[in-house]
Amino acid sequence: MATTFILPGERVRAQHVNLKLGPGLLQHAENDQDTKIISTKAGELQHSANNSKWWIEGNSKRYIPAPQESVVGVVTARSGDGWRVDIGSAHPAYLDGLAFEGATKRNKPNLKVGSLLYARVSLAHKDMEPELECFDAQTHKAEGFGELKGGFMVRCSLKMCRLLLNPNHFLLPLLGSRFPLEAATGLNGRVWVSSKETKHIIAISRCIESVDPDGGGMDEAGVHQFLGTLDI
Amino acid sequence: MPRPPSPSIPEKEFLFSSLKESLRLDGRQPLETRTPILTFGPDLGWVECAMGKTRVLAQVDAKMVKPPPERPLEGMITIHSEVSPMAGTEYEPGRPSDEEVNLTRMLDKVLRRSDAIDKESLCVLAGQRVWHLRLTIHCLSDSGNMLDCACLAGIVAFKHFRRPEVEVVGDEVIVHHPSERAPVPLSMHHTPFCFTFAYFPDTDTAPVIDPSYMEQRISAGLISIALNAQKELCVIQKAGGVPLSEEQVLAAIDIAVNKAVALDKLVTKRLEEDWKGRKVEVR
Repeated sequence: MATTFILPGERVRAQHVNLKLGPGLLQHAENDQDTKIISTKAGELQHSANNSKWWIEGNSKRYIPAPQESVVGVVTARSGDGWRVDIGSAHPAYLDGLAFEGATKRNKPNLKVGSLLYARVSLAHKDMEPELECFDAQTHKAEGFGELKGGFMVRCSLKMCRLLLNPNHFLLPLLGSRFPLEAATGLNGRVWVSSKETKHIIAISRCIESVDPDGGGMDEAGVHQFLGTLDI
Repeated sequence: MPRPPSPSIPEKEFLFSSLKESLRLDGRQPLETRTPILTFGPDLGWVECAMGKTRVLAQVDAKMVKPPPERPLEGMITIHSEVSPMAGTEYEPGRPSDEEVNLTRMLDKVLRRSDAIDKESLCVLAGQRVWHLRLTIHCLSDSGNMLDCACLAGIVAFKHFRRPEVEVVGDEVIVHHPSERAPVPLSMHHTPFCFTFAYFPDTDTAPVIDPSYMEQRISAGLISIALNAQKELCVIQKAGGVPLSEEQVLAAIDIAVNKAVALDKLVTKRLEEDWKGRKVEVR
C-alpha cells in the first residue's frame, strides 16, 4: 500500500469491528449515529495487517503523552506523597510515591529533585495532568523502570527514539559491538545512555544526533565511517 | 507553565567530568566555535544564520519617516527581537525571560550603539526625511549561544540589505524603484561580531567558547565580547557570578580577536557568493 500523508483535522476512513486507534487519531461524534475518525497530527497513516489498529507516524520535537508509553523524566519537585516529573510534555507529570515495586506507606524510594527516572505513562487524558508509574500494573514488578543513576541523557527527535526502540534498527547493536553500554529509550525524545568511559558516552550521543532524521539522517555505512573517525 | 528544571543531576555530573577532561559533547575543542551557516533569502536583507541547531532569522526593511526634532540629521534604527516558544519550551509568550532581556539589550549594544551603521548617511532631507531601518530578529531554535547567532544574523542582514536609491530635487524627494535604479548598500563603519565564553564553577575546568545549550545551563558565568576584525572592542558583558582575573579576560579577548578575523572572512565570502548569484537589472 502506498503511504498516505495526512494533516490534522483530516478524516480517516478506518473501519473494523474491533477498531483500535493509536496516537494521532481521535474518534469524534457529532451525534449518536454519525461518528467519524479524524487525525490530530500530521504524518504518515499506518495500520496493522488486519486493519484493526490504526495510528499516525510523524516527527516532532514536542512530546504529547499517550498511555503505556515509556518515558525518561526529571524530578522537578516533591508534591504530597509523590513527585512532579518533567517529561517534556506541556504539563508536568505526577508520579505517586507508591507506584514503585515493593513500595509501601513506610518504605518509599527516596528521589531527589533532579533525579532521572525511567517510567511508564499510566494516565494521559487531555483534561488531566499525566500520571506515571514505575512498575508493571499487573505484576507489580519493576520491569526495568525506576531511577537512572549516572550516565547521560541525550535529547533527540520523537522519530529518532521510536527508531531506537525498534529491535531491528542498526544503531544500538552496532554501538554495542564496539563497547559495552546501557540505554533506556523514552518515547518523549530522551534517551538515557551509560557507559564506563566518558568518550564512549560522547560517541553514543554524537551517533544518535547524526542518525536522527531531524539532523543528519545518517545511514549504517555512514555511522561505520563516523565511528572510525572518533577516538574510541 | 513553570520554569524548566535545571539539568538533572546525572547530566550535570557527566558534563562537569567530561569538560574537566576537555571533552565536549559535540566533539569540539574547548576553543572551537561552530561554523555558522548563512542562508540568504530572496529579498535583500533576509538572512538565516545557523550555528549547529541554533537558528536565527534576521530581516531588514527600510521606510522613510520624519526625523525627531532633536536629531534632524540622523536616520533611525530599531531592533525588534522576540524569543517565542518556537525557540524552546522554556520561553513563554508575553513575559520576557532574563535571557530574552539580555538578548535584546546586547543586540542593541552590538548592532546599534556600536555605530556600525553610518546614521548620517541615512538622512535624505535634513529635518524632513530620513530612512528608518527596522531589523527583526526571529529566534527559530535555541541550542545554545543564541546571542552570538542573533548578532551575526543581524549584522549580516545589514550588510546584505540595500536601500532604494533616492534623488532630491529642491524640496522634493524621488524614491527610485529597485527596477529603475540599482539599490545602494548601507554605508557601514565596521562589522562587530559577538563571541560568548562560558566559565564553570570548577576553576580547573577550562572555559569554552560558543557554549552549547547544556554548557550554557551549567555554566557559572558567561562573558560576551563584541569586536570587529580591526581589533576594536565594542562591548564586553559579563553575566553570572564567577570571578575572573584580568589575565582571563585578556586571554578571552585575544581568542575573540582571532575568531573575529576568521569570521569576517567567512561573512565577506558568503556575501560575495550570494551577490554573484543575484541578477540585478539596471536600466
